[in-house]
Amino acid sequence: MSFNKKHLLGIQHLTKPEILTILDTAESLKEISKREVKKVPALRGKTIINLFFEPSTRTRSSFELAAKRLSADISSFSKASSSTVKGETLKDTVLNLEAMQTDALIIRHSASGTPHFLSTFCRSHIINAGDGTHEHPTQALLDAFTIREEKGKLKGLKVIIVGDILHSRVARSNIFLLNKMGAKVVLVGPPALVPPQMARLGAQVDYNMDRAVKDADVIMMLRIQLERQQKNFFPSVREYRSLFSLTPKRFETARKNAIIMHPGPINRDVEISTQLADSLKSVILKQVENGIAIRMAVLYLLLGGKERDVTD
Amino acid sequence: MKEKIKARVMDSKKIKRAFNRMATEITEKNRDLNNLVIIGIRTRGVHIAKRISKLIKEYDNVEVPVGILDITLYRDDFSELEDKHIVKKTEINFSIENKDVLLVDDVLFTGRTIRAAMDSLIDLGRPKTIQLLVFIDRGHKELPIRPDYTGKSLPTSRREQVKVKLKEIDKKDEVLITEPGGIG
Repeated sequence: MSFNKKHLLGIQHLTKPEILTILDTAESLKEISKREVKKVPALRGKTIINLFFEPSTRTRSSFELAAKRLSADISSFSKASSSTVKGETLKDTVLNLEAMQTDALIIRHSASGTPHFLSTFCRSHIINAGDGTHEHPTQALLDAFTIREEKGKLKGLKVIIVGDILHSRVARSNIFLLNKMGAKVVLVGPPALVPPQMARLGAQVDYNMDRAVKDADVIMMLRIQLERQQKNFFPSVREYRSLFSLTPKRFETARKNAIIMHPGPINRDVEISTQLADSLKSVILKQVENGIAIRMAVLYLLLGGKERDVTD
Repeated sequence: MKEKIKARVMDSKKIKRAFNRMATEITEKNRDLNNLVIIGIRTRGVHIAKRISKLIKEYDNVEVPVGILDITLYRDDFSELEDKHIVKKTEINFSIENKDVLLVDDVLFTGRTIRAAMDSLIDLGRPKTIQLLVFIDRGHKELPIRPDYTGKSLPTSRREQVKVKLKEIDKKDEVLITEPGGIG
């Protein structure tokens, strides 16, 4: 087991052993958050900056807490409070931050490929916290961690991902990861949001939610991005709900031990019924809890230990 | 790199005798065995800890709980390691608050592992005492750390390595002195 990457830009370029190293490390680190003193000195003296150019509550505070539980110093800023509003380019912002001797930059940006762009000129480790419609690697890792914890394995499971696949970086990262680990992925939603070409990423496409739910082990619901609804990807929220929402009636036909996941934030009674979101079959809050352990693992594997020549 | 065995300093019989002696010393020194907990440092310290607990149970019929400590996150000697250390689980399913903690490791060398282990323990609670058991004390300490119980004191040169082999992992009990070979 080893991990020699310099950055975490996406799941696509990780190998299966690297993914397993992250998951196993997270499993060891999870216990720290349950201690009375939730802190270990592993990353003492490291400086990390959270650069969030898009809104976020979960991911941003999760990275912050993960860094703090490993004793790193972290400072966060968002678009509104940065000099970008004064017209500074991204590259200049980042170069200025790096001049303050940062060790890692965690970036979320609406433009796909931003983390990769930063990695071409940055000295610091770059961690992708979501870029455009491209990837959200730590979300896929925490999802896989949660599935493995609940099901004991990933291989051979049928995972359905339901909703706005087209705009979802979460879906993309999950498809890459679940494929590498030998799970079967089925994408479900209206054709405008699940173009048939998505199958090329290594998933099946099914436009019939009732059929897809039936033998699913994991049902991953995505948020319907209501803010994108002015472009009319589907006729109405009401129609979407009747065809694709996860309702108790639909869920009854799923496998007995099926679990319900959602990366959040949820639209109650749009993509998922309130009753199911709060039920024992839902692991939504466990996903959030595991997010800290995964992000601790990523930070530790990238920044911990000896600094040496790394590739990527 | 190949290594050369220089000497076999203990066989299973001597190892067994050392375990019996240390278990006796522990029961003599700790009047209240019910307040004792044992914490083994991964990997070999854990197996040594379990054997000690078993012997105390045989001698005094007291179950002494055993916890597992992984000190990777507390190390200060990363720069000397070839590869990144993989973090394993710390599994201590009992409180160490006000307990007499017996910390167990296989070899005491520089003392830095024990320093890390003590830092880690103190983050988990405030023990009444911490005692140290090492199977081999080989000298060359860089910190003011002394064991309370020792299987054997074994003066070595810095170049040499001491290997404590245990049945549970290595199929047989023995202690070896080795030296990196293949030079000259």
